[in-house]
Amino acid sequence: MRFRHEILEKNAIYLLLASLVAVAIGGMVEIIPQFFIENTIEPVKGVRPYTPLELAGRNIYIREGCYLCHSQMIRALRDEIERYGHYSLAAESMYDHPFQWGSKRIGPDLARVGGKYSNDWHYAHLRNPQSMVPESLMPHYAFLEETPLSYDRIDADLRTNKTVGVPYDDADIANAKADLESQANPDADHTSLLKRYPKAVAASHTKPYISEMDALVAYLQMLGTLVDFADTNEEKLDR
Amino acid sequence: MAETMALAPPVRYNDDVVKKFVIASMFWAIVGFLVGVFIAAQLAWPALNFWQPYLNFGRLRPVHTSAVIFAFGGSALIGTSFHVVQRTCHARLFGGKALANFIFWGYQFFIVMAALSYVLGFSKSREYSEPEWHLILWLVIVWVAYLVAFTGTLLRREEPHIYVANWFYLSFILTVAMLVIVNNLAVPVSIYAAKSYSLFSGAQDALVQWWYGHNAVGFFLTAGFLGMMYYFIPKAANRPIYSYRLSIVHFWSLIFIYIWAGPHHLHWTALPDWTQTVGMAFSIMLWMPSWGGMINGLMTLSGAWDKLRTDPGLRFSVTSVGFYGMSTFEGPVMSVRTVNALSHYTDWGIGHVHSGSLGWVAMITFGAIYYLVPNLWGRKGLYSMRLAAWHYWISTLGIVLYISAMWVAGIMEGLMWRAYDAQGFLQYAFIDSINAVHPLLIIRWLGGVFFLTGAVIMMYNLIMTVRSPKTATSGSGLIGLPLPATGD
Repeated sequence: MRFRHEILEKNAIYLLLASLVAVAIGGMVEIIPQFFIENTIEPVKGVRPYTPLELAGRNIYIREGCYLCHSQMIRALRDEIERYGHYSLAAESMYDHPFQWGSKRIGPDLARVGGKYSNDWHYAHLRNPQSMVPESLMPHYAFLEETPLSYDRIDADLRTNKTVGVPYDDADIANAKADLESQANPDADHTSLLKRYPKAVAASHTKPYISEMDALVAYLQMLGTLVDFADTNEEKLDR
Repeated sequence: MAETMALAPPVRYNDDVVKKFVIASMFWAIVGFLVGVFIAAQLAWPALNFWQPYLNFGRLRPVHTSAVIFAFGGSALIGTSFHVVQRTCHARLFGGKALANFIFWGYQFFIVMAALSYVLGFSKSREYSEPEWHLILWLVIVWVAYLVAFTGTLLRREEPHIYVANWFYLSFILTVAMLVIVNNLAVPVSIYAAKSYSLFSGAQDALVQWWYGHNAVGFFLTAGFLGMMYYFIPKAANRPIYSYRLSIVHFWSLIFIYIWAGPHHLHWTALPDWTQTVGMAFSIMLWMPSWGGMINGLMTLSGAWDKLRTDPGLRFSVTSVGFYGMSTFEGPVMSVRTVNALSHYTDWGIGHVHSGSLGWVAMITFGAIYYLVPNLWGRKGLYSMRLAAWHYWISTLGIVLYISAMWVAGIMEGLMWRAYDAQGFLQYAFIDSINAVHPLLIIRWLGGVFFLTGAVIMMYNLIMTVRSPKTATSGSGLIGLPLPATGD
């Protein structure tokens, strides 16, 4: 035992290489198959890339660290399904770069918060959470409404997402800015937006400009709404 | 061996860089604990968010985690590793003053920029790896320089064997490089923009992140600090390592098994079941190599337990190994799917990570720094043993308050979320669980205040030690290897 280990103990490069082999194996066995095993992501209908406004809202969600208090992953447990809705599918976050599953619930899960409350509720709640839920620990986000959304180069964000695998096509990228402005305005004609992005929800546009809060609410309102579970075969989901 | 060491020509160690890292480590300890206490207060009293963007909980929380893990812990690890590798190799640090200074200032620059970037609203939202791509690129350059300095020193050693502490330090440096590079693969929106999009998405992205996240614990917060344990406990106790054979077995099994354990952060999620099961199995196996380290650390005290009464630094080190044993038992328990169904998403996880980080990581570091400061600055001993004893008891009490409050809060949340009433409806709204744990959040905050107070006492004690008259040659360079291990 001692004799053989001596080889590693007396040669720094051997020790380094042996350690590298030891620490590389586990990750390779667990991670690499995820990209090749077909049922890692179940085939379901309805999941689409984010609209430009939703993507901008998602980036604000990331920037403010919302994931530190809110999960977006309903586990396959009875009480979670009854509280939050159908357990989350891998397909529902397949266009999430990065994922936002979270690890701690200081607030409730948000994986299916879309459509659960009105736009008005969300605006009021973000401005002053305690006005809607008096015991809430959530900070106030009124400043999001005071901050105009910076979206001049939103097409670059879509293009980068395309580079990492999100299926935006050329028309999506070319119309990114127009789509964003259309979704931010509840009175605009949403026909072409909805053709590209079914189930998109318009923001309320409470200010003369498009605010960061408009983007965040558009994002929150689509979470978990894309898959039609009435149309999804449970057996197909069984992995 | 002691005789051959004495005959060897004296080596002038680079103690300057070690001193800098020790000072940085103490500075960041106070900053990190202070931010931790503040965000704990925000959770107890949300008005402390002051309704503005920059000091919100969501932006400050990464400041806390980065400051304690990478700034306090990282500075302590790099500093002690440079101290240990030079003495156990009987060689001066490779790369000269310039490389050492680059590593020190480069690393401090990274920390300051990362903290500023979170506060100003830049984050990749990957837990414990939030800095955007340009800062990560800088970190990788600094880290490779660190690997070169460390390995280079190993290569120029005059001792035939590489001492066990260096195996752990080396695997920590190497694995952290691998983890950081893979977990941060991303495409920037433009070369001029801070924003980037992760290369992976959804379930795969989650797995990569928790492969990183769990092994940040496994290699940064465990393997590195085990390296610290394997040098400073034998030195302070003046005893050999308990078992050479155990150190070999537990080193290789620890680094091999740890890497597999990440998926236990994703139980019951949309990650494929097979991956969850593999992660759980390896997490349970991990219990044994972890306790191998604990046994080797504690048993090294055989015949020297009386020193606990007289050496407060050693008292910290030994207590930390006890906490290490406790949290590496708790971890495998929580990784079991059935337990995890209750514990995940709750404050139990926060309690678990703090019993490891306050109890193990911070206390083993305190022990090492109490040993190092008189040694490096050439003082006979600490300014005040009484103050060190006060620090010990205040911080231990703080940890106990912290982790027991979080156990109670976490289990209560888990039980309330799954409680059904007689009619078969969910019994509690989510907000009920927040109300129920409120007193416990205040107790947790108080535990943090105790721990911070202890660190401030330590800082004062160390400053007074350095300001006291010089009694010995600084660095006392020839105190090299710990005693050789007994038997095998």
